Amino acid sequence: MKRVSKVLTALVLGTVLAGLAAGCGGGEKKADTIKVGANLEMTGGSASYGISSKNAIELAFKEINEKGGINGKQLELVVADNKSEAAEATNAMQKLVSQDNVVAVIGPNLSSSVIAASAINNSAKVLDIAPMATNPYVTVDQASGKTKDFNYRTCFIDPFQGTVMAKFATAELGVGNAAVLIDNSSDYAKGLAQFFKENFVKEGGAVTAEESYLQKDTDFKATLTKIKATNPDFLYVPGYYQEVGLIVKQARELGMNMPIAGGDGWDSAKMPEIAGAAALNNTYFSSLYSPEDSSDINKNFVAAYEKAYGQKPDVFAALSYDSALLVAEAIKNAGSTEPAKISEAMAKINGFSGVSGSVTFDDKHNPVKSAVILEYKDGAQSLKTKINP
Amino acid sequence: MDMGSLLHQFLQQLINGISLGSIYALIALGYTMIYGILKLINFAHGDIYMLGAYFGFVATTMFGFSFLPAILFAMACAAVAGIIIERIAYRPMRNAPRIAILITAIGVSFLLEYGMMLIATPQPRTFPAVFSADVYHLGPLVVNSQQVVILVSAIILMAVLTYIVQYTKIGKAMRAVSFDADAARLMGINIDRVISATFALGSALAAAGGVLVGIYYNSIDPLMGMVPGIKAFVAAVLGGIGIIPGAMVGGIILGVVEAMVSGFISSTFRDAAAFGILIIILLYKPAGIFGKNVREKV
Amino acid sequence: MNYLRKADLKRIVACAILFAAVQGMMFADIIGPFWELNIVLICINIILAVSLNLINGYTGQFSIGHAGFLAVGAYTGAIMTVKLGFPFEVALIVGTVAAGFLGFLIGLPTLRLNGDYLAIATLGLGEIIRICILNIDYVGGASGLMGIPRLTTFAWVFWIMIFIIFFIKNFKNSSYGRCCLAIRENEIAADTMGIDTTKYKVMAFTLGAAFAGTAGVLFAHYFYIAHPASFTFMRSFDILTMVVLGGLGSMTGSITGAILLTFISAYLAEYPEWRMIIYSVTMIVLMLHRPQGLFGNKELSMKMFGLGGGKDGRTAESK
Repeated sequence: MKRVSKVLTALVLGTVLAGLAAGCGGGEKKADTIKVGANLEMTGGSASYGISSKNAIELAFKEINEKGGINGKQLELVVADNKSEAAEATNAMQKLVSQDNVVAVIGPNLSSSVIAASAINNSAKVLDIAPMATNPYVTVDQASGKTKDFNYRTCFIDPFQGTVMAKFATAELGVGNAAVLIDNSSDYAKGLAQFFKENFVKEGGAVTAEESYLQKDTDFKATLTKIKATNPDFLYVPGYYQEVGLIVKQARELGMNMPIAGGDGWDSAKMPEIAGAAALNNTYFSSLYSPEDSSDINKNFVAAYEKAYGQKPDVFAALSYDSALLVAEAIKNAGSTEPAKISEAMAKINGFSGVSGSVTFDDKHNPVKSAVILEYKDGAQSLKTKINP
Repeated sequence: MDMGSLLHQFLQQLINGISLGSIYALIALGYTMIYGILKLINFAHGDIYMLGAYFGFVATTMFGFSFLPAILFAMACAAVAGIIIERIAYRPMRNAPRIAILITAIGVSFLLEYGMMLIATPQPRTFPAVFSADVYHLGPLVVNSQQVVILVSAIILMAVLTYIVQYTKIGKAMRAVSFDADAARLMGINIDRVISATFALGSALAAAGGVLVGIYYNSIDPLMGMVPGIKAFVAAVLGGIGIIPGAMVGGIILGVVEAMVSGFISSTFRDAAAFGILIIILLYKPAGIFGKNVREKV
Repeated sequence: MNYLRKADLKRIVACAILFAAVQGMMFADIIGPFWELNIVLICINIILAVSLNLINGYTGQFSIGHAGFLAVGAYTGAIMTVKLGFPFEVALIVGTVAAGFLGFLIGLPTLRLNGDYLAIATLGLGEIIRICILNIDYVGGASGLMGIPRLTTFAWVFWIMIFIIFFIKNFKNSSYGRCCLAIRENEIAADTMGIDTTKYKVMAFTLGAAFAGTAGVLFAHYFYIAHPASFTFMRSFDILTMVVLGGLGSMTGSITGAILLTFISAYLAEYPEWRMIIYSVTMIVLMLHRPQGLFGNKELSMKMFGLGGGKDGRTAESK
């Protein structure tokens, strides 16, 4: 036993030392590559978002490199783990911009992480594009209200989605009483809920109950029972599919048959598996992307992603893929690897078409895109309506 | 809200709480047994529960097992895993300071979580429905067949466990070791074997909990054991750590409290309430609900 | 007495030289911003580790809720500067006092518990603090408190760290500290000797909590944000691991543990998938071989090197 553990120790120490050595030696520069950083949630509670993003970015870079790269140079991805935590995101961002000298950064996905890290990339004048950070303050400074020069995003901002769903619920579904169930650990869900409520009331509706849950919760029956007692005829659950799937399933089991709706966090091939196809009937969500989208670029992306990773891309993967393409496009347009020039080129991108539709940035560095309302029918998504900004 | 609907809600929350609590109880049983024998807070126990869920997932999706063989398969695999973990990580530390073993347990917990993440990716997996989820209406109350299965399985497992601990030779040995390890050794009991058996039993129960959760929520992921692990430990302490009926009752109480707090206050305060109750119980009855207060002797 | 002062003076001069050297390298850009960040992080972790060591190592009270006090310090400090517009110095003092006060409030009832019961109670309290913060919209709830200016500099964090290290070192050697050590060795015997065990336990707990609060203020004002996700029980485990790895009851052990683990974590950032696995295996193997930690409860000193330092866990395995 003692010998075994000695060998084990030697092995571990060896690995660690080798790792350290590799870490130290990893700094040499290759002239013919362009380094792009990814500040992602590789470990911790949101690791599934980070891994989806990493997969999609790697796929995008591989495709670009196979076609000869950008301006004759190959793209190289440097991933830094932010442990799903805002302070660590700052740490990871500092590493990417000052240790690895990347020309641009993709990520993080969590709004709070992007906001904390943005001080670093803005002072280093390196562009950062966040695939799924929806908080308005990701690209706008909270104190001064000015647009941050080096922060962009590929997704909607919270107000837009909340407003769209409120309009859809009152105008198309004709409901008057709504209950809201919020993922209280996500500022994304809170933002959507807030704007949904404001606009729903403005359109003449009433909010009967407002409840919340936390990520990683699995049992919602207690909360749903409480909501059911207020008799709403519409339930808004802006959250991520892991929990929403269970919420829809459990709500139906409790006999809550009203329409249930949410935002783009719902978008995943896992959704029908978790909730069950029957339970998902009469549910709607706003999104900017659907894997069923029939554009060529999306079909190719979905096929390539499934081939590489054995599963359908979720919304994190799709938007990260677009973010990677946008960075590549900006580098190409800038004709330079100077971070400041890349950022200028990014601001000028006009009508770029990615898997989630066409992208043009407004003066707040948010993409101008149209939203779609998708409906689940027997486990499959179908396009209900399209709403322009 | 009128009285009738309040009562109805209360009963519904009670049903929800008991089904959740019986899962806590299954995990808490393993915790309490291991603590009783080794005086070790096995932080990796929640991850054994996760491991069990994945074994069940493999059994149902890859081997196409139905419910009963799948849960037995998962329990057997987890028992082996428990024995291996004890053998490699805990046995060499029998005489080490307890805090060092605790750190090792935290290390094992990380290793299991992130090892699984590497193997199975952090994406949640959806558990296939091994039996249909029928919904029964008892007046205004709603019960689903999965809740019934969870409760029945938990009760059967606890009965089996009670039988093993009370009436078999190995069970007697377990009780002897947890009462006084040195005296048990002098009586010719092979302590290492008893500890292995305890880990095997505890892990098997946790795995059963994992499979049941997988079926009930049909979503499993590598970090799913973190929070239930801590909660189950709270349940074990609540009932009186080291005491088997205590773990069952503690688990059920915790589940019901959580359901009531979510139902009548707010689900975001659910965990705070669970810990709050724990602290209050500890302050007034430090040995837990079922525990006897033992005065420390010089 | 005179000798002690002289030794202390020498140490302070050594610290000043170290500070000048590191600060100089930062100005000359030999230490880039990334390592500067990690050095600050190391200093914060050292504060956390030595303050937890005061509770766990010197007084022998098993607390695993340190992240809660870190959170209290971070949030109160940030409220002071961001919401109320006070200067950083005030934030530091208020954050420290607030965390210390809460430590006192929590310590008074819970420190009657011992061993694992105290551990689980402090773990629970740490989580309760975090959940409460999560539900207060004034401090941003789940989004965290954003827009905190970066006021922590290397000079601040370094000298505060040195102050705390010296404070705890002198506390340990004071009559109070000796009472704490007595409680660690045998609480019942200490009680019989006429030591007011509750008083000293609460004192150590309050001090430890207060310094964790200081670390929190520094942390929030370096990373621009105070976010509930930074203060989970995983963070408490991290701090505990630093202390135990270095050697419970050894100040230099805690410092070494904090430096070592922060470095390992920073280096492994390159291999995110493997980071936690290597980290956990290192943890297990180290504990298997040195269950008493790198330095046991001894202090690292010149003498130790004279004896050949701590090689393999001879003392532990000889049993």
